[in-house]
Amino acid sequence: MTQIVGVDVGGTFTDLVLFDTKTESVKISKVPSTPENQSFGVMNGLESVGVSLESLDALIHGTTVTTNALLERKVSRVGLITTRGFRDVLELGRRTRPKPYGMTGSFECIIPRELRLEVGERVDCDGEVVEKLNEADVLTAVKQLLESGAEALVIHFLHSYKNDSHERKTEEIARKIWPNAFVTRGSALVSEFREYERGTTAAINAAIQPVLHRYIERLQEKLKEEGYNKDLLVMQGNGGTVSSGIVAEDAVKTVMSGPASGVMAAAYTASQSGFERVVTYDMGGTSCDVGLIVNGIPQVTSELEIEYAMPIHVPMVDVHTIGAGGGSLAWVNDAGLLQVGPESAGAQPGPICYGRGGNKPTITDANLVLGRLNPDALLAVDNPVSLDTVRKYLVEEVGTKLGLQDAEEIAAAILRIANMNMAGALRLVSLARGHDPRDFALFAFGGAGPLHAVALARELGIPKVLVPMRPGITNAVGCVVADVRHDYVNSINIPLTQADMEQVEQLFYRQIEAGKKIIAEEGVEIQELLVIYDVDMQFQGQTHILNFSVQETRLSRESLQSAFEKAYWDRFGVELPEIRAVLVNLHTAVIGRRKPVPLAALMSAKEQKNTIDECRTGNRKVWFESGWKETPVYKREFLPVKAKFNGPAVIEQLDTTIIVEPENQVEVDLEGNLIISL
Amino acid sequence: MMTNIDPITLTVIQSGLQQVCNEMDLAFVRSAFSPVISEALDRSDGIYDKDNGELISQGELGLPVFVGTMQFGTQCVIERAKNLQPGDVYIVNDPYLGGTHLMDVRFVKPFFYKGEIFAWLANTGHWPDTGGAVPGGFSANATEVEQEGLRLPPVKLYKAGVLDDEILSIVLSNIRIADQRIGDIKAQAAALTVGEKRFTELLDRYGAETVKNSIKELKKRAAQQMRARIKEIPDGLYEGEAFVDSDGVVNEPLRIEMKIRKEDTELYFDMSGSSPPCLGPMNSVIATTKSSVYLAIKHIFPEVPLNAGTFEPLHIDDPHDTFLYAKYPRPVSGCAAEVSQRIAEAVFSALVKAIPDLLFAAPAGTSGNLCIGGYDPKHDRNYVMYVISGGGYGGNSSGDGLSNGCSTIGISKTTPVEVMEQFYPVLFEEYSLHQGSGGAGKQRGGFGVNYKIKLRRGTAKVSMVMDHGRFGPQGVLGGSDGGVNQVKVEQNGEPYIPEHMSKDQNIIVEVGDTVHVSTPGGGGYDDPFLRNPELVLHDVKRGYYSAKQAQELFGVVLSGRENTVDLKATEISRARYSVG
Repeated sequence: MTQIVGVDVGGTFTDLVLFDTKTESVKISKVPSTPENQSFGVMNGLESVGVSLESLDALIHGTTVTTNALLERKVSRVGLITTRGFRDVLELGRRTRPKPYGMTGSFECIIPRELRLEVGERVDCDGEVVEKLNEADVLTAVKQLLESGAEALVIHFLHSYKNDSHERKTEEIARKIWPNAFVTRGSALVSEFREYERGTTAAINAAIQPVLHRYIERLQEKLKEEGYNKDLLVMQGNGGTVSSGIVAEDAVKTVMSGPASGVMAAAYTASQSGFERVVTYDMGGTSCDVGLIVNGIPQVTSELEIEYAMPIHVPMVDVHTIGAGGGSLAWVNDAGLLQVGPESAGAQPGPICYGRGGNKPTITDANLVLGRLNPDALLAVDNPVSLDTVRKYLVEEVGTKLGLQDAEEIAAAILRIANMNMAGALRLVSLARGHDPRDFALFAFGGAGPLHAVALARELGIPKVLVPMRPGITNAVGCVVADVRHDYVNSINIPLTQADMEQVEQLFYRQIEAGKKIIAEEGVEIQELLVIYDVDMQFQGQTHILNFSVQETRLSRESLQSAFEKAYWDRFGVELPEIRAVLVNLHTAVIGRRKPVPLAALMSAKEQKNTIDECRTGNRKVWFESGWKETPVYKREFLPVKAKFNGPAVIEQLDTTIIVEPENQVEVDLEGNLIISL
Repeated sequence: MMTNIDPITLTVIQSGLQQVCNEMDLAFVRSAFSPVISEALDRSDGIYDKDNGELISQGELGLPVFVGTMQFGTQCVIERAKNLQPGDVYIVNDPYLGGTHLMDVRFVKPFFYKGEIFAWLANTGHWPDTGGAVPGGFSANATEVEQEGLRLPPVKLYKAGVLDDEILSIVLSNIRIADQRIGDIKAQAAALTVGEKRFTELLDRYGAETVKNSIKELKKRAAQQMRARIKEIPDGLYEGEAFVDSDGVVNEPLRIEMKIRKEDTELYFDMSGSSPPCLGPMNSVIATTKSSVYLAIKHIFPEVPLNAGTFEPLHIDDPHDTFLYAKYPRPVSGCAAEVSQRIAEAVFSALVKAIPDLLFAAPAGTSGNLCIGGYDPKHDRNYVMYVISGGGYGGNSSGDGLSNGCSTIGISKTTPVEVMEQFYPVLFEEYSLHQGSGGAGKQRGGFGVNYKIKLRRGTAKVSMVMDHGRFGPQGVLGGSDGGVNQVKVEQNGEPYIPEHMSKDQNIIVEVGDTVHVSTPGGGGYDDPFLRNPELVLHDVKRGYYSAKQAQELFGVVLSGRENTVDLKATEISRARYSVG
């Protein structure tokens, strides 16, 4: 395999990276995204790097088609067949409201009530049939849904994670007359209890399945026309890839795949640089995404809530979105306290300095006033705005309300509060998973991440910051380095003392076999097969579970008990010999490692200079917490490997700016990453 | 005099304090055993003043009803505390000492910094049982607090960090399913330890003086912020009311009379015209009464941060000699879950007259506590099963009410049916939307829930404390009331409807018997005849209302197999009713 392309479609740009492993060279392109049909942007990107599709060996695609369809509710018409008495489960949810305070807000179920039909059937929690499936009901329901114009179908019965025979029979009946392949069986997607979450996941899958299917089909046709005959791989939310031939079956797994590929790139890059525990921090215009990598592996969750009351319970890279980005607005509340975000200036009008008519100060404006951004190198400016104008608005909109007249002082305050909020959110994300941020390195990317990374690391006690060679195309790099990955979960839910460990081993075995089989069917070239196991456990009577890794499938009760006790102590500092442990779920991730990619190729050896001094493009005054400092400015592309220098420094590159504080040391590693030591 | 603290440091300290509390909340929830805590989030963690117990900061995901109560509870501990050492933790659940009901168990811990008490850390968690006549503690007809369960005055459960086994054994000997409580006790204490650690870090970093001064200043600022919002309300006297179905013993409604006087930047609350103390457990202790007013105001102005200053412009007269100021030994098990929500409703109903755009019609406003306790022969164990349920929210100026929203005072999620059936010998036969329950209005109320539970094994006792069985949640500005709460038990095929509609206790059920509950819908907002007919049609297609209801409640006539609005007929029908 020599030529590999990763292409990631984002909100504004479609990023593409072409690795040629033979020549160890890279081509990169950034073209505008085409939201009405993302495939145009993809084809434009391919054209702009001038690759011959016939000679291309692999194309890995990260798409936001499903995420967007879901968030904008541009989804297919879905029908539901469910247990008698329970058609409203998906609408009623679990008795919540959008926010702790405030008694307003709304929720719209993804399947309209008139398309949710019930059939006679009931299975209990032990999997025993209480009421036999009424097959005549099923046939009537399927026909009625077809007549009502449903395009996709969901079959969701209570306790199907324990006994799926009724769901299977219903699927069999439905498939005979359903005109397409869009039939989702709840327990096939998620084999865990919790009817609302399992059902909603299935409903979301069905709603975006036709959308994804049509998109992939169109894209593949175009690729074929251009001579690409190999398989198209699609990124999934778990950070792995899947063959385009089967991607639509579990369409829900592609939701949130964009942020996941960023974390994959981070894991791969950091791991090559010797960092196995990493907090990833991707800051863009409106928000930042935070993920965790432990022992080189991105942390995965099965409990994502994509928006209010929309849980998706399939394994996904655990990415938390925080409402702070370059465009976050600074304002003064009724108490006279400065606040930053969560409101954002968005793309329109955007920060003041973009010259699109904005007059409300943002984080980006603060960075500009403090010399952290180069006014002449801003990417998104429509009409240049003078620094004085930005300063004027800082004083007018924020300063006067705080009794501050000095624009720079105001900008510094905005930065300080924004950094503190982000650091607080980062800390909660890591603590919620039982990790101390001080044991991690911070991997910063996205347009604004490297601007704030050092300040955040300082706030959190993180000793090192890593900035990859190409922070602006990290997601596309993630596509290229991602493995083929399939995740499996089975519920056990019995006290450990009663667990049949042979059955546990068998379940693991079945999960592995399923993963191997599907990877073989996909036919993707892989180097090695890696299997990761973990278990969910709890003390009897608890409802929350604790997830931890195990090393093998053949486990004894004793070893599992002590592994659980240790994980519990590490997490909560509590010992509970009084209470029995329960084995809740078994998870397996079957991962096909693809051939390694030479990241060093992301550097351009031609451009590199021999000495640090030659990399310097100028000086400017930059604000740090210790005061203003005359600070050297370096061009990133010039920096040679193994270069070492001390802060303060501003390092500029096409798509981001990196701020190095006075006490920091910077080193360029062999792959071209910047390692900043605090 | 106050030293000058810049506004930036203030914001930094404010977030820092908030994070200490959020981390305590998180630690508590993730390790708790009581599903009422871990799933239903029925708990709260906070930081309180070292001398007077005033609220300094509280976790953002704490149960709203604890907003005010915990500072009163901490005050009561401070008054009684002796020989304090680092590592001491008081346990207390006495409702009359700044509490709610007995099930809300508070841990209160002096926080030492450099050898001196700097503040108090406290948390509250709802235990599934604290003894008493009824499993789960929601007695519907107790007449003395002793019948409601074990009452603990403030005692040191941990002394210098060591758990006192003797006190523990007294507690565990007096409650049901005691074996798991040790897990909650450890989780609750460990959360305070987490808070201690983080608070110490904050003080190390910014200095005790700066933090102390910031706390004072933040209190001032919160008051300022609250006053700025209150100022927007036109001056005047606004009256509202709300009714509790009954006290569970005497089948008469209890009335809350809420007179709110707005003067410049202050609000004065007078509830003295409310019903006298009641025989049954629907009395409210003063801490809960005040807290309910606070949380109602916080629902109206959600962006105002929480500390003692927030409440400064809210002046609540002690409602002596009413059921809203219960004294020993009045039973109080209904106060936190139900009476508190009626108090909030009375505040809403008064203020909607002043600031209709910011308000909403009454929400379902009941926690819907249903408790089934019994013995499961298959697993040879006793159990106490809690079911809580939501209801519709009121319509509001911006839209229809939410369906199956959680209680006004809570943020608790319900336990999934699949989980309850695993733990308890029951089978749910239905879990559905309570059609027609949303109060009609230009913006209609949201819908309640119907559920039906069948007992599969053993014998059990069913108790419930709910509300809005007699009167639906109030509609406003011409909107109709939401549908009422209904309970029906079928014993051997014979229907039994509780005399008090929404409250009863120890109803015996056998295998095959069922309990059927329908929860209230939210009140309607504004004249239903002003509702867009297309929206009414949409609601009929969804089965929310029948075509008949569309005409009767909204004056909308449908035609073409209920697929279109007959505009002409609708116009005539609406004109006719409007004139009448």
